Amino acid sequence: MSNPQTIEAIENEIVEEFSLFDSWDDKYEYIIDLGKRLFPLEDKYKTDENRVRGCQSTVYLVADDKEGKIIYHADSDAIIVKGLISMLIRVLSGQPADAIIAAKLDFINRIGMMTHLAQTRSNGLLAMVKQMKHYALAYKIKNAAKV
Amino acid sequence: MIPSAVIQEELDVYAIRQQFPILSRTVKGYPLVYLDNAATSQKPQAVIDALVNYYSGYNANIHRGIHTLAEEATAAFEATRDAVKQFINAADRGEIIFTRGTTESINLVAYTWGRQNIGAGDEIIISTMEHHSNIVPWQILCEEKGAVLKVIPINDEGELQMDAYEKLLSPRTKLVSVVQVSNALGTVNPVKQIITAAHKAGALVLIDGAQSSVHLDIDVQKMDADFFAFSAHKLYGPTGVGVLYGKEKLLQAMPVFQGGGEMIKEVNFTKTTYADLPYKYEAGTPNIADTIAFKTALDFINETGKAKIRAHEDQLLRYATAQLEEIPGLQIIGRARQKVSLISFVVDKVHPQDIGILLDNRGIAVRTGHHCAQPLMDRCSIPGTTRASFAVYNTREEIDVLVAGLRKSIKMLA
Repeated sequence: MSNPQTIEAIENEIVEEFSLFDSWDDKYEYIIDLGKRLFPLEDKYKTDENRVRGCQSTVYLVADDKEGKIIYHADSDAIIVKGLISMLIRVLSGQPADAIIAAKLDFINRIGMMTHLAQTRSNGLLAMVKQMKHYALAYKIKNAAKV
Repeated sequence: MIPSAVIQEELDVYAIRQQFPILSRTVKGYPLVYLDNAATSQKPQAVIDALVNYYSGYNANIHRGIHTLAEEATAAFEATRDAVKQFINAADRGEIIFTRGTTESINLVAYTWGRQNIGAGDEIIISTMEHHSNIVPWQILCEEKGAVLKVIPINDEGELQMDAYEKLLSPRTKLVSVVQVSNALGTVNPVKQIITAAHKAGALVLIDGAQSSVHLDIDVQKMDADFFAFSAHKLYGPTGVGVLYGKEKLLQAMPVFQGGGEMIKEVNFTKTTYADLPYKYEAGTPNIADTIAFKTALDFINETGKAKIRAHEDQLLRYATAQLEEIPGLQIIGRARQKVSLISFVVDKVHPQDIGILLDNRGIAVRTGHHCAQPLMDRCSIPGTTRASFAVYNTREEIDVLVAGLRKSIKMLA
């Protein structure tokens, strides 16, 4: 499941898609749709351990390592957060750990969703990004130890 | 028979709105519809002016200086104490202690009276609908002293079960600390009845008035509360100012809270004597500017008239309740017979956070989440609610905007 596109290329793709929307309602409708289409996480993964802290909604995140590429699966009971998570997964899942750790993810700002990264929102996207990077770092260290 | 609300002269809400500059701003291209008043209210221009006038006209430290500015600032600061005394009908101005807010007021009682009077095996009673700030200080105290925290249950309408409460009272009950109005449900609790029963059992009572003081007439003497706590910022006043009312004999007997300047009579290295009430509990330079401006907020409420405000808010509550009930899948949480102008609700299969985000996208400010009352949310078996809370400046048109925004949001999310 390695991703042939770079993080930056996928970010640009998303920004281009969003440029087609002329209203906020359209943007949110698209994000909601992404949320609805994100494959739900199996219940066995919905454990306290996989729960991302700092969220008003409940967010679960699991990560796996496939030959140095990090694969993410996530879920949330709030649909907008789930849609935003779906975009993060599209950008980051299948990328090398180093690229994930270094990712600036400024597409979030460019599509006008920066407010969801603000501390005050406490909707967990910030916590989610942090957790995704933590996983990438953890797998990087683990793989380095193996060599 | 004509209902009393009709006889009463109606509030000119559009004239009131003129006094609140923030209400003319837009959010995301829409006129702001501010319905998060239970979190904090907006401030009238007069309150904003009072802050500016203090800093540009007579900023000085209070109580000690003998120069003109210090005298003016002290007089203005102490005028707020008199205004608060009158606002809650305290017997003496020494019973009014300024704090940072309701939370600090409750903590002050827990750390001073609590530490002196609570021992192992003693009991403190709170209720299921308390805000975390009226739970955690007592948990800390109970843990430290080996005391027991007991909780008054609520019924499905969101009202306290008074028979269960009276059974919880025992000779070991030292304190009952309950909220007068629930921030998450809007329920108005029968505090007079709670206090009478507690006193009969020999316990003291602290009333958390954070939500009630802006809506209801407060008379601490009639109520016979031993302690009453509230915050200025929910009363159209500035943030960072709270009040602890305590009966004089209790405040006299309690140990001091924080040590420092202002709260002392004489200091030497063998023995320090403390200042008289209320200064004994006000260590350090207080929040002078905001405390002074708080009086302007109380003047605003008094001049507008609490009865008029209440009638207006009751109308909004009834109108909003009827409108929201029309929305399919929407369920109002908290159906107490006595409620203030606050509505919590959940929508089938829709997370409150999603509603909050989409409403904000239309300029509508509501609160979503557990409202710092997680045990209450557990009792209702919900993770959280969406809460709309109305103030003196809200209108029926704004409720229409809320309802239309909700319908649209639910359609998008369904």
